[in-house]
Amino acid sequence: MKLVVTIVGKDQVGIIAMISNILAKNNVNILSVNQNIMDGYFNMVMMAQVVDGSKIKLGELQQMLKDKGAEMNLDIKIQNQEIFNVMHNI
Amino acid sequence: MITLDNILETNRMITEDNLDVRTITMGISLRDCAHPNITQFCNNVYDKITTSAEFLVKTGEDIENQYGIPIINKRISVTPIAIAAEACKTDSYVPVAEAMDKAAKEVGVNFIGGFSALVEKGFTHGDKILIDSIPQALTSTDIVCSSVNLGSTKAGINMDCVRQMGEVIKRTAELTRDRDAIGCAKLVVFSNAPGDNPFMAGAFHGVSEAEKVVSVGVSGPGVVKHALADLKSADFSEVAETIKKTAFKITRVGQLVAREASKRLGVPFGIIDLSLAPTPAVGDSVANVLEEMGLERCGAPGTTAALALLNDAVKKGGLMASSHVGGLSGAFIPVSEDQGMIEAVECGALSIEKLEAMTCVCSVGLDMIAVEGDTSAATISGIIADEAAIGMINNKTTAVRIIPVPGKKVGDVVEFGGLLGHCPIVPIRNQWSSEAFIARGGRIPAPVRSLTN
Repeated sequence: MKLVVTIVGKDQVGIIAMISNILAKNNVNILSVNQNIMDGYFNMVMMAQVVDGSKIKLGELQQMLKDKGAEMNLDIKIQNQEIFNVMHNI
Repeated sequence: MITLDNILETNRMITEDNLDVRTITMGISLRDCAHPNITQFCNNVYDKITTSAEFLVKTGEDIENQYGIPIINKRISVTPIAIAAEACKTDSYVPVAEAMDKAAKEVGVNFIGGFSALVEKGFTHGDKILIDSIPQALTSTDIVCSSVNLGSTKAGINMDCVRQMGEVIKRTAELTRDRDAIGCAKLVVFSNAPGDNPFMAGAFHGVSEAEKVVSVGVSGPGVVKHALADLKSADFSEVAETIKKTAFKITRVGQLVAREASKRLGVPFGIIDLSLAPTPAVGDSVANVLEEMGLERCGAPGTTAALALLNDAVKKGGLMASSHVGGLSGAFIPVSEDQGMIEAVECGALSIEKLEAMTCVCSVGLDMIAVEGDTSAATISGIIADEAAIGMINNKTTAVRIIPVPGKKVGDVVEFGGLLGHCPIVPIRNQWSSEAFIARGGRIPAPVRSLTN
């Protein structure tokens, strides 16, 4: 399953470290990262893939990131990539 | 290959433009529940609903989380109770509505539809009991919705039923007067009702449907408005093109949700209803889409043409995005559920007469309109007859969901709460009587299908 992770929020030390750590611990491989800072705001879209045999459920990962997002004051979304595929490809 | 722009666009639609899937509705046949004993029948209905839809809400929530798209409602529709309960030896179907209410609450859905009768050509014994039971059934339940189909292009209009429904609506309003006649918000009168509509209050599981089906109703007026906001000076060809493309995207999400729900529940996929369904939230309004096309207010001259274009373009865009389309499919214009419509009524731009004209080209009819409590039953029947005639002649679905709120006058506002919204009392400017016309009864014959002028 391919995932799309989006993070928006005030820039601070350790955002990418935090997300890559959580994904690595849960056997999720990062495929690409697109990130910039606009007016002091951190914007990132990341494509990732759940490695075969990984036991993590998307719901648990979402909860984990939601808690972390609340802690660091970031809006973190993690979605199945399929919604973007169906909407933008025929 | 998806691009960064694609991802940002989709997420903007969801967070800023209120893109959502309005409903996942599971249709359940109750034809095998029939029993002469009403208590046994109610038990059968309760058991069938609670076992069939046990995982509906959970599945909806899982899909919502997985794709990050809100799914606002999970609902159930059942076989019209006038058919399913007809074998019961009883003179009231109120206990059936109560069993439906209990079962729906047990599985956690928002609404259950199907306390319905299909009487466009005539009444059976069960139809009569059902219609007589409607006011009490809608009073003693919270989330049961009722509908009556009293006209069709093939059969004409059952004017006896038109007369009776005026009285049923008045009686329902009276019984629920302490809650601003909320009972009437759960009651819709149809001409050409589709059997696969996933939207409330008019959903029922049609007699030609499969044992169980999952259907999805999409939404998205906010997304269409946003797309049109960038086209200030574009001509209508471009406007139509943009709406088509947007409707395609919205519908694809609905199709994805429907496919997933069908797979996870092990229930066949029914249809996608391509409707632009508004909510009272700011920015989620069909009226605002029409205003974005250049009308100062919804209701201004040109509104019917704007709605016709919108409705048609939504269908054209949506059709290609889904394997099966059905239900009501079009733009909804429920007054109390659409902030732009509410404002248009408040400033006098939108009248019930203009709304009637708009129903000739949109997907449903006079929907969620609060009128003065002393509006006569004959006047309400007259309004129903007019709408049914528009549906019958134009071979389309039309409906009336009108709420005569006891004690309220023009200038008052009624609060229904939640998705049902709030509504200023809409004046019926024409105060002349329809009494003798409605008293005639009988049937208006089916119309000729050629010489269509």
